Amino acid sequence: MRERAIVGKNVRKVDGYKLVTGGAAFTDDVQLPGLLYGKILASPHAHARIRRIDTSKAKALPGVHAVLTYQDVPRVPHTTAGQAWPEPSPYDTYLLDSKMRFVGDRVAAVAAESRAIAERALRLIEVDYEILPAVLDMEQAMAPGAPVIHDEPDSTRIFDRERNIAGYILREIGSVEEGFREADFILEREYRTQRQQHAMLEPHVSIAWLDPDGRLVIRSSTQVPYHCRRQVAMILQLPVSRVHVIKPRIGGGFGGKQEMLLEDITGALALAARRPVKIEYTREEEFYMARSRHPQILRMKMGVKRDGTVLASQLTVLATTGAYGSHSTTVQGNTGSKVLPLYRAPNMRFECHVVYTNAPVAGAFRGYGCPQGFFAQETLVDEIAAELGLDPLEFHRRNVIRLGDIDKLSAQLGEGREGLPRVVRSCGLPECMERAAAAIGWEKKRKSLPRQHGPLRRGVGMACTMQGSGIAGIDWASAFLKMNEDGSFYLQVGASDVGGGADTVLSQIAAETLGVSLDKVIITSGDTDSTPFDVGAYASSTTIISGGAVKKAAAKVRAQVLELASRMLDAPAAILDCAHNEVFTTEGEPKRIGMGDLALHAMYKEKLQIMDGASHFNTDSPPPFCATFAEIEVDTETGQVRVLHLATAVDPGTAINPMQAEGQVEGAVTQGLGYALTEELTLDAAGRPVNPSFLDYKILGAKDMPKLTTILVETDEPLGPYGAKSISEVPINGVAPAIANAIFHAVGVRIRKLPIRPEDMLRALRNVGQDGILRAGCLPAPPLQFTAPGGLPTRRRLTTCPTEVP
Amino acid sequence: MNHMELRLNVNGQPHTWTIAPGDLLLDVLRRQGYFGVKRGCEKGECGACIVLLDGKPVNSCLMFAAQAEGREILTVEGMAEDGKLDPVQEAFLDHGAVQCGFCTGGMVLSAKALLDRHSNPSEDEIREMLSGHLCRCTGYKKQVEAVRAAASKRKKRTRRAPAMLEVVS
Repeated sequence: MRERAIVGKNVRKVDGYKLVTGGAAFTDDVQLPGLLYGKILASPHAHARIRRIDTSKAKALPGVHAVLTYQDVPRVPHTTAGQAWPEPSPYDTYLLDSKMRFVGDRVAAVAAESRAIAERALRLIEVDYEILPAVLDMEQAMAPGAPVIHDEPDSTRIFDRERNIAGYILREIGSVEEGFREADFILEREYRTQRQQHAMLEPHVSIAWLDPDGRLVIRSSTQVPYHCRRQVAMILQLPVSRVHVIKPRIGGGFGGKQEMLLEDITGALALAARRPVKIEYTREEEFYMARSRHPQILRMKMGVKRDGTVLASQLTVLATTGAYGSHSTTVQGNTGSKVLPLYRAPNMRFECHVVYTNAPVAGAFRGYGCPQGFFAQETLVDEIAAELGLDPLEFHRRNVIRLGDIDKLSAQLGEGREGLPRVVRSCGLPECMERAAAAIGWEKKRKSLPRQHGPLRRGVGMACTMQGSGIAGIDWASAFLKMNEDGSFYLQVGASDVGGGADTVLSQIAAETLGVSLDKVIITSGDTDSTPFDVGAYASSTTIISGGAVKKAAAKVRAQVLELASRMLDAPAAILDCAHNEVFTTEGEPKRIGMGDLALHAMYKEKLQIMDGASHFNTDSPPPFCATFAEIEVDTETGQVRVLHLATAVDPGTAINPMQAEGQVEGAVTQGLGYALTEELTLDAAGRPVNPSFLDYKILGAKDMPKLTTILVETDEPLGPYGAKSISEVPINGVAPAIANAIFHAVGVRIRKLPIRPEDMLRALRNVGQDGILRAGCLPAPPLQFTAPGGLPTRRRLTTCPTEVP
Repeated sequence: MNHMELRLNVNGQPHTWTIAPGDLLLDVLRRQGYFGVKRGCEKGECGACIVLLDGKPVNSCLMFAAQAEGREILTVEGMAEDGKLDPVQEAFLDHGAVQCGFCTGGMVLSAKALLDRHSNPSEDEIREMLSGHLCRCTGYKKQVEAVRAAASKRKKRTRRAPAMLEVVS
C-alpha cells in the first residue's frame, strides 16, 4: 500500500484561518436589515398552569412586532431531541404550552426592535399562574401521589405518564441470578451523579427570516441541521421544502446542540413578525433553559470468582430527564449497553427507569450516559480488585473485552429499540492500559505511595472505558463531490463540524482518496439546501459514517478521473493512479497528466462535469477504547483533591489527524475532570438554579489543569474509512472513576458521589475510624425504592472497606 | 434617546461613531462589524470578548464604549499585518490550539499582549494569561505550547533584525 499523503498527518484546520483572524463565521456574525431581537419569558415556577395571560400591554409597546403565547401557535407534540426519525424520545413538548413544567419553561415569546425593548415587553406580559405542587427529587417522582408532570392527553410515547416515567428499559443476557450463585464474591454499591452543563462558549443562538421566495431560513448553532429542518417543519406546519437550515461555524456543542432548541420559536416569531428575528440565550439562560447531562442514581452489583473472573454484572439505574424526555431512553440505554460489555461477563442485566421531575431538561452530552455508568462500574471494579488482593490493572487485563468478542447486550439495546450485535474487529485496549500505566508510573506508585505521612496523601487510580462509533443501522450520511476546472474539488457534506474539526478530517479523507493536496478540496457542510443529508454531529459518528460517505463518493469520482485519464493518456485505467495532483501510469511507459489539465479537458472538450455522490451507513458501531490513569493528592485537612497527572491512552482506530485527535482527548478529559470535581448545576427547593454563571458554576481554567499525557494507540478498523473509528466521546468517561480510585489509594476512602467536593471528601475522611475502617462511606445507601427486593443469595456481602489507611 | 459621538482608533483606523451613553464596547464593536469580538457571558468571566485597549487586554463586555474615547483598540481582525498572520496566530494553527474558535480571538490577543511585554514567558506566566479565558473544547495544553512556540519564533525574528532591536531599545 502506498504511504498515505494526507490521512494521518497533522494538517492545519481547513477553517482555521478564519477562526484565528476573527472572520465572520459564526451564527450571530451577520447583520440583517430589520433584525428583531427575540426573548423568551421563562416560567418562574417549577410547576404551574397559566390561568390567564394578557399580552396587550406588551403588544402595545412601541417597537414590539410579535408576542406569542400558547394561544397563538399550533399545538404539535414533539421531542426536541435531534434524532433520526422516528425519534425514540417521547413526544411530550410543545412550541408553547399553558402548563409550565420547570423554572425556565417557555411562557411566551416576543420579538422587538432592540433587546431592551424585548426585555421591557416581557415584563409587561401579565400572567396569572395556578401554582401546582412540584416534584424535584427523582426518588419521589414515581411515588404514589406525586404530581403528574405530563397529564396532557396528547403527548405520546411516554412509558407511564401517571407515574412520571418517561422511559423504562430492562434487558438481560444469560442469567445474572445464576452468575451470582456461582460467584465467590459479590459486591453491590450505589452511586450518584449530578446535573452537568455543556457550557459551550457560544450560547445557543438562532436567526430566522423569510427569503425572497417566502421560505423560512434558519441560521442556527446546531449539531443537527437536517433533524432541525424536519422538526421545525412539523411544528410550524410547513412543508420540509419551505424550510432551509444553515449551520455556520459553531462555538462548541458537546451534545447540547443535538437539540432543536430555539429554531422553532425563532421561526414562529419570524413568521409572525414577517421580519428577521434572532434569539440568543444569555449565559444565565444557557445554564437552565438549554440542556444538561442526566443525573442518575446507579446501583451496581457484580459477582466474581476468586481469580477475579467476572461472572455476572447487574446495573439498576434511576435517572431523571427533567421536565421533558429529550434523549431520555437513549442516553440511559447507553449507560447499560456501552458500559457493561466492557467485561466479558456471560450474564448481564440492565434495568432503568427514567423519570420526569420539575427540573431543567436533560439531553445529549458527550459520553451520552457512559460517564455515569463507567463511574459506577469502574469504581466498583476497583473495590472488588482490592477485596481480592488484585492489582486493578491485573483485574482489567483478565476481564476486559477482546478482539473478536461479540457484545450481545448491544444487540438487545439499540437506539430506543432492538439493536445489532457488536463485534470487536479492532482493539487496542491492552496496549492503552500498559502505556497509560507506564506514563503514570503505575507499578512503582501503587507500591510506594500508600506509605506516606502528613496531611497530604497521594494516590494513583485507573479506569477503562469504551464508546461507539455511530449508531449501528441508524446513523447515515452522504457526500457529494464535483471537480472544478483547476483540478480542485468541491466537497459537499451534511456533516456538522461543531468545532471538533470534522470539516478538516473529511477534507483529508477526500484529498487522500483523490490523490490531491488538501488545498484542492473546498468543503461546504451542514446546509440543508446545498449539502446532501447527514444525521448530524453526534454519537461519535462523523469520522466513521460521514467519512465513510466521503471516501465512497471520492472513490467514485476518482474512477471517473481515471477513466477520462485513460482515454487522454491512452493507457488502461487499471495501471493508472492519482497522487500529488496528477494522474500517472504505474507501469509501462511513464505518462502523466495534471488534474488541472484533465479538468479543463473534461469541461471544455468533453462537456463533462466530473461529479458523484454516495451514501453510507454501518450495521455495527465499532468501539473506541480508552484507559485513564490519574495521580492525585488529597489534603486530608481541607478535603481538597488536587489532580497532578492524567494519562489517557485511546484507541481511535486510525487517527486521521493526530493533532486534532489529541485535542479531542484533552478537551474530553478536561470536561471529565470538571465532572469529577467541580461541576454541578444546583437547584434550590423551588427548582430555581442556584449557580447559573461561570463565576458559580466552575469549569476549569488554564491554571486548574493537571499535567495531561495523551497517547494514541492506533488500530486498523475494517469498518472505518482508512481504519478510523472515533475519539471525541470516549476519553470523558474514565476521569471521574480513575480519580475516585486514586483517592481510595491515597486515603482509603471510597467516593460514590459526584462531583467530589472538598466538603464531601472531608466528611468521608471523618468517617474513617482510628482502625482505618471506613464506617459508612461518603454516601449512606438506602435501597432504591423502585426495585423489587432482590432475593438473590449473596455468599458474602461487603459493607465496609477493610483496606488499611496509613 | 440620548446619543453621543465616540472618537477612537480601531486596528489602526480612526473612527467616529454615534453611540448611546450606556452602550457596551462589546455591542458597539460587533455592531460595527468586528465580529471577532465574541459574546460569551457578558459578565467578564469568559474572556471571549477581550480586546486590547492601548495594548492591554480588557473585557469589552465590562466597558462602556464611551470609556474608549480617544483610545487605541486592537481586535483580532487587526492582528495580521498585510495579510501575514501574527506568530501567535500561526502557532495556534500549527499546534492545534484552535478547536471551535469561539474563544480564540480573545486568547490570541492576550497572548500577543503578554509577548509584547515579556519575550520569554514561563509556563506559569502563560497559564496566568490564559486564565482570563475559558475554553470548553481543549485542555489548554495546546495553547500553552502555541504561545511558547510563538515566543521563540518572535525571538528568532528579532535576532535576525538587530537594527530593529536597537531602535526598540
